[in-house]
Amino acid sequence: MFTSVEEFSMLALYSAMFIYALAFIFHAVDLANRSGQVKPVEQASAGKRPVTRERGSRALRIGFSLTILAFVFHLAATVGRGVSAGRVPWSNMYEFALTATLAIVFIYLIVNIWADLRFLGVLITGLVLLFLGVARVNYYVAVVPLPPALDSYWLVLHIIVAVLATGFFTLSFGLSVVQLMQSRRQRRLAENLPSKTGFLGTLPSADRLENLAYRLAIVGFVFWTFTLIAGSIWAEHAWGRYWGWDTKEVWTFVIWVLYAGYIHARATRGWRGTRSSWLAIIAYSAVIFNFSIVNVFFKGLHAYSGL
Amino acid sequence: MKVALLLLLLLAVAAIPGSLFPQRAADPNGVSQYEADHPELFKVLDAFPLQLFDVYSSVWFSAIYILLFISLIGCVLPRIAQHWRALRALPPKTPARLERMAGFTVNELSNPKASKADASEVAERVVASAETILKRSRFRTTTFSNAGTYSVSAERGYLRETGNLVFHVALLGVLVAVGIGGGFSYQGQKVVVDGESMVNAKIDYDSFKSGRFFDDSTLPAFGVRFDSFDAEYVSPDDGNIAALGKATDYTANVTLFGTDGSESQQTIKVNHPLRTEGAQVYLLANGYAPKLTIRNPEGEVVYDEAVAFVPQDKNLTSLGVIKVPYGLGEQLGLRGFFYPTKAELESGAYTSNYPELENPLLTLDVFVGDLGINNGVPVSAFALDTTNMRQLTGRAIDVESLELKPGQTVELPEGLGTITLDSVPTFITLDVHHNPAQVWVLVFALLATAGLLTSLFVPRRRMWVKAIAQDGGVRIEYAALARGDDPTLQRAVEEFVEKHRATL
Repeated sequence: MFTSVEEFSMLALYSAMFIYALAFIFHAVDLANRSGQVKPVEQASAGKRPVTRERGSRALRIGFSLTILAFVFHLAATVGRGVSAGRVPWSNMYEFALTATLAIVFIYLIVNIWADLRFLGVLITGLVLLFLGVARVNYYVAVVPLPPALDSYWLVLHIIVAVLATGFFTLSFGLSVVQLMQSRRQRRLAENLPSKTGFLGTLPSADRLENLAYRLAIVGFVFWTFTLIAGSIWAEHAWGRYWGWDTKEVWTFVIWVLYAGYIHARATRGWRGTRSSWLAIIAYSAVIFNFSIVNVFFKGLHAYSGL
Repeated sequence: MKVALLLLLLLAVAAIPGSLFPQRAADPNGVSQYEADHPELFKVLDAFPLQLFDVYSSVWFSAIYILLFISLIGCVLPRIAQHWRALRALPPKTPARLERMAGFTVNELSNPKASKADASEVAERVVASAETILKRSRFRTTTFSNAGTYSVSAERGYLRETGNLVFHVALLGVLVAVGIGGGFSYQGQKVVVDGESMVNAKIDYDSFKSGRFFDDSTLPAFGVRFDSFDAEYVSPDDGNIAALGKATDYTANVTLFGTDGSESQQTIKVNHPLRTEGAQVYLLANGYAPKLTIRNPEGEVVYDEAVAFVPQDKNLTSLGVIKVPYGLGEQLGLRGFFYPTKAELESGAYTSNYPELENPLLTLDVFVGDLGINNGVPVSAFALDTTNMRQLTGRAIDVESLELKPGQTVELPEGLGTITLDSVPTFITLDVHHNPAQVWVLVFALLATAGLLTSLFVPRRRMWVKAIAQDGGVRIEYAALARGDDPTLQRAVEEFVEKHRATL
């Protein structure tokens, strides 16, 4: 049926992207419908409901199921790429995008067992679809063997912890964005002003969103710390120094310091709530910047072979 | 906390310019290039107070992290004292009113026949059993009693604060270890041609850098002889056209001569340095070093050396320079390309299309005149300054370059003599590093991580159980207080109440 594993991987990727697109639409429909679900009575106490194990609307359930299905295809595409290359599928920009987005969806699905974050479905499926599309169109390269510089078990460890950290940071970012919207809405409702973002009434309160964002960010921060340490050990093995302010090292450091600041903000008077959320968003922008702009336009030792 | 937060954000922002401008420590060639491209701007950016080409040792960057660490010390010292006291103290007195606390639960035991004294006895037992359960869950406990009201006050999770303090002190340790390591480290680079050796001595290196406290006389004088080089490339037989010529492995086989007189066979690979006598020897680069013999018209040898050519692409098209200052009357300079597997482009120019010696060819442009090496100004061995030289062959003057295959001899123009390409050995660049404190950087980094994990995920909480003897029963109150982020507090109280109820 397939002439090569690579062809299978590509077909699985296209299927995954198509299903993510469908999931995105269903999640969007769900959010749009939620506006109508908040009854006037409820609106007064809106935003104070805890996250409960609700089944959710039909659109939400379909959207979430599609996300799981897309994840399975996405996983098949990534594993297929690894099999056809005969190594871990993260040695160039295309493969790294494939794996990092897989980790984002994986963390999203896992965290949903613990807390209902399906309202982030639009953001997660949208973001993943965008990254996969850009990576496929701009950064696809044929399978080539690992260059000697990347041929190390640290490649496995260093990148796994990095993508897991990215997964947690992504969820924390999404929650922080919703937190900002929710706290604005709560403020307007408190002042008896109209709020157009009715769907937020069905989502957790701003406080609850902030707590969730914080907890996910600290898990991400721990993984990011491991990324730094594993990267340093590898750098010592490969380049003779554990730290040399290579552009990628600089940005990894910047991200670490930004999240350290975010964690401190929680214990700082006047910095909880909106300011914290902005910090989380800025720190996540640095994560994305590090992955995209730094990889493509900055000169450094982390240059991917032919991207 | 506010100061620490602002300094952290400032540190993050201050680190960014180092990724926008080339840094002397990471990319010296980039700095030279910038200087050549923007000479006027360079002076301004390089000078105090901008120091944009040495961001991480600049005054402003140093000021930020030193202030951050001062604020860290100022914050951590009193907390260590406080924590030390807390570790030896008993939990504080049970609050009079528990209603406002987290997880507040009331459980009434009623027995209408019981007297106040009986109830008081029951209350005491209720608190005793609560204390047993709390102790088993690793709470530190103390009990109070006052006129028929018994209570136990318990606290756990001291490790959270311990971890927090360990994290911050360990970061200080990382900074100190980085500083000490930098001061006592050295780094040397040496190009070694197949069959030749290097010695770990300052004079033998092509380039050498050391920290300000490093004493050159303490260099262990071990030696490394380069015996052979194995490179594996994706060959046409592998069937992967996209990857043709890509390297999959480099191995340098060397003989190590220890300072104790020992001699051993070793291999050095990328990612697998040779570790010996506190130093690591890295395989930094490799390429071809054409071995040339130049004779004057009388047939006397005036030059006989293997010259490392710098690879320009993945197929090892390499660029090299040969300087012959003496023996030919005029000074002679040769600039040439070496193609391991020569292929001809449509334009007629040559290129290499495979990195192994399948169809090797050396082309040379010949210059005569002043090499510019007699003025005492150090010049790069890899560059030829032709400003005071006359070109004799090459595209620029439409005279065909000299072309040589291994074993061939050709005449130099204008009867200057002959040149022979004897053979094409490989060369490797070895990079020797020593940093005595790097293991301590790792130890402190791991300690910081352990501290981070406990400070973020061990919940610190207080819990209280109060039993009040009443007429005809006992009223039991449960409550807790989170100290720091504690997502599972509510559930912990519920579970405790459940467990305690079972013992009553």
